[in-house]
Amino acid sequence: MALMQGRFIDNIGRVYGLYTGGFLVFIILMAILEQLGVSANTIGVLFVAFTIGIYAVIGWLSRTMEVDAYYVAGRQVPAVYNGMATAADWMSGASFVAMAGGIFFGGYGYMAYIIGWTGGYVLVNSLMAPYLRKFGCYTVPDFIGTRYGGNLTRLFAVVVLVVASFTYVTAQIDATGTIAARVLQIPYSVGVWFGLLSILLCSMLGGMRAVTWTQVAQYIVLIVAYLVPVIWMSNVQDFGIIPHFTYGEAASTMRELEAQFGLNPPAEAIPGLSVLTTPHTSPVGALAEWRFITLALCMMAGTASLPHILMRYFTTPSVRSARKSVGWSLFFIFLLYFTAPALATLTKLQLLDPNLPTAVIGKPFEEVASLAWIQNWSSVGFLAIADQNGDGILQLNEFFMRPDIVVLATPEIAGLPYVISGLVAAGGMAAAMSTADGLLLAIANALSHDLYYKIIDPKADTAVRLIVARVLLVGIGAIGALIASLQLTSILGAVAWAFCFACSGLFFPLALGVWWKRANRQGALAGMFAGFVAGSAYLYYVYNGGTPWLGLDDVRFGIIGMAASLVAMVVVTLMTPEPDEEIQRMVDETRVPVGEPIIVHKH
Amino acid sequence: MSDNTDARDRYWQKTRNLTIVILVLWAFFSLFIPLIVSPLNNLTFLGFPLGYYMIAQGSLIAFVLLIVIQNWRQDAIDREFGFDEE
Repeated sequence: MALMQGRFIDNIGRVYGLYTGGFLVFIILMAILEQLGVSANTIGVLFVAFTIGIYAVIGWLSRTMEVDAYYVAGRQVPAVYNGMATAADWMSGASFVAMAGGIFFGGYGYMAYIIGWTGGYVLVNSLMAPYLRKFGCYTVPDFIGTRYGGNLTRLFAVVVLVVASFTYVTAQIDATGTIAARVLQIPYSVGVWFGLLSILLCSMLGGMRAVTWTQVAQYIVLIVAYLVPVIWMSNVQDFGIIPHFTYGEAASTMRELEAQFGLNPPAEAIPGLSVLTTPHTSPVGALAEWRFITLALCMMAGTASLPHILMRYFTTPSVRSARKSVGWSLFFIFLLYFTAPALATLTKLQLLDPNLPTAVIGKPFEEVASLAWIQNWSSVGFLAIADQNGDGILQLNEFFMRPDIVVLATPEIAGLPYVISGLVAAGGMAAAMSTADGLLLAIANALSHDLYYKIIDPKADTAVRLIVARVLLVGIGAIGALIASLQLTSILGAVAWAFCFACSGLFFPLALGVWWKRANRQGALAGMFAGFVAGSAYLYYVYNGGTPWLGLDDVRFGIIGMAASLVAMVVVTLMTPEPDEEIQRMVDETRVPVGEPIIVHKH
Repeated sequence: MSDNTDARDRYWQKTRNLTIVILVLWAFFSLFIPLIVSPLNNLTFLGFPLGYYMIAQGSLIAFVLLIVIQNWRQDAIDREFGFDEE
């Protein structure tokens, strides 16, 4: 306990400095072991086991039975560290494992995710975080329920939160399962449960406090793991130590290589695997620009409505530090997101550029088939090569790969030592675990605080509430793992759905709750209901083969949901009486950064 | 009381104006730039096709700066109205 109180906060810089140093020493130790002939598999296992072990220790040290510590980490997390924790909370398996792969195969169009997942923070900072912090709520439905009043509004917010976060968390558990399966050489269905167990180690005992301090640790692991291979590759290819500003030439070369090899669909597709068919640097096809900005807009509004992100800003000591912390969050996220296109470009160059020894496209088929990394990933079904035109040469449209594995496979493709692969696996695990923890906590807290405590049993005492919260955490995690093992859609697809669900149901009720004093309960109910139902119905329609309107496919259904939500909320609000004076005073108070919080929690 | 209310109204007006300026700039980088990527790609910046550069890095840097600038201006507004004590 003592470690996590004042003494810990005072020494926080030293603690995480030592931790980072220790992690670097561990990487060097692994590199030495590899030189001494320890097998690649052992090194991979050591990486994952060591990092998860650390998180578990932090989780144990942060255990708590206090409500404030469990729900909002005692509201004493400094802005910089909350920024790191938010970055880890934010950057999921999708960002770490799948995004560079998405850019690799999806080309320019996929970069809408990069714009969406960074630009959204401007909305968080402008419209949401400082005001929600002033409000003093424990959860996002807590804000909706208090601002608009009534149990039904609270319940609607809980429903949207659960659907959005749950869609998201299955994708994260899926990612931990994929990595665990590859590193520990266990079946995917077992890997999923192993992943869930590691996730719960971090959050079960200490709630938000434990999740905060493990997320800081996880951020350090994931950013090191993401940057090291890119910087290494860049040096091998003579792009300098920091490739971000110098890979421009590679991006330009890509156009020539694309023209040389031809972007053609495969003669015979392989289910679940992709070939490269879209250009790297520019939009192509009908509605390309429109599709780009609609996707970016869904992701940005989703960012500003996803409860697991918003609730991170409830943990800071003041309104001002909440704002500062949004700035730090985006900075830490930016470090990874402006690296992802560099990673995708350099990896693509490794495979395509005939001047590099690692190139496989245009090489004799037999030679490529005998490469170790091709065999490793083929054996688990994540990669395939097939000489479909029978010319004995591997063509661009004969190289099949699951986009999700690009980041994990990059060190092997570039011929880096295995220690880097182990590091990347640990980084991917950290990214997926930290997000899963944030999401599971957001769901369990909404159900235990808003549904159980506020609606079902307002007299429940502290100990019971915290036990309910933990039971829910484990139960929801188990359901998530069960669904993840069914593998319904690719990692990135399910994540985009979560953003669309969140922005359909919550964006306008949250933003207008602060920015439009006239907004009332009826309007908020109508906004949440219409947005969520319209969005879900549209998703159902396109997912089952309906023709998308204006190119709005299943990852862009938030546009439909948000439009319905805004119209319904404004129309219904204007048709019904304005909120009473007490509510209006509450909104006035929310807009001022000083003074008592709106919700004063009694314990 | 009326003075207090008046000060709060002016505080909120300034805060709102700042927010609007930031959101207009935000929309420029996140929603307008993607519309003109193809023409921008004919220009070159640091060896990159410019349109690609803006999406891969330029707009991201702009977002970070927007938050920094907004927080700096908002702190000034908070100080002006005496809402800055923590």
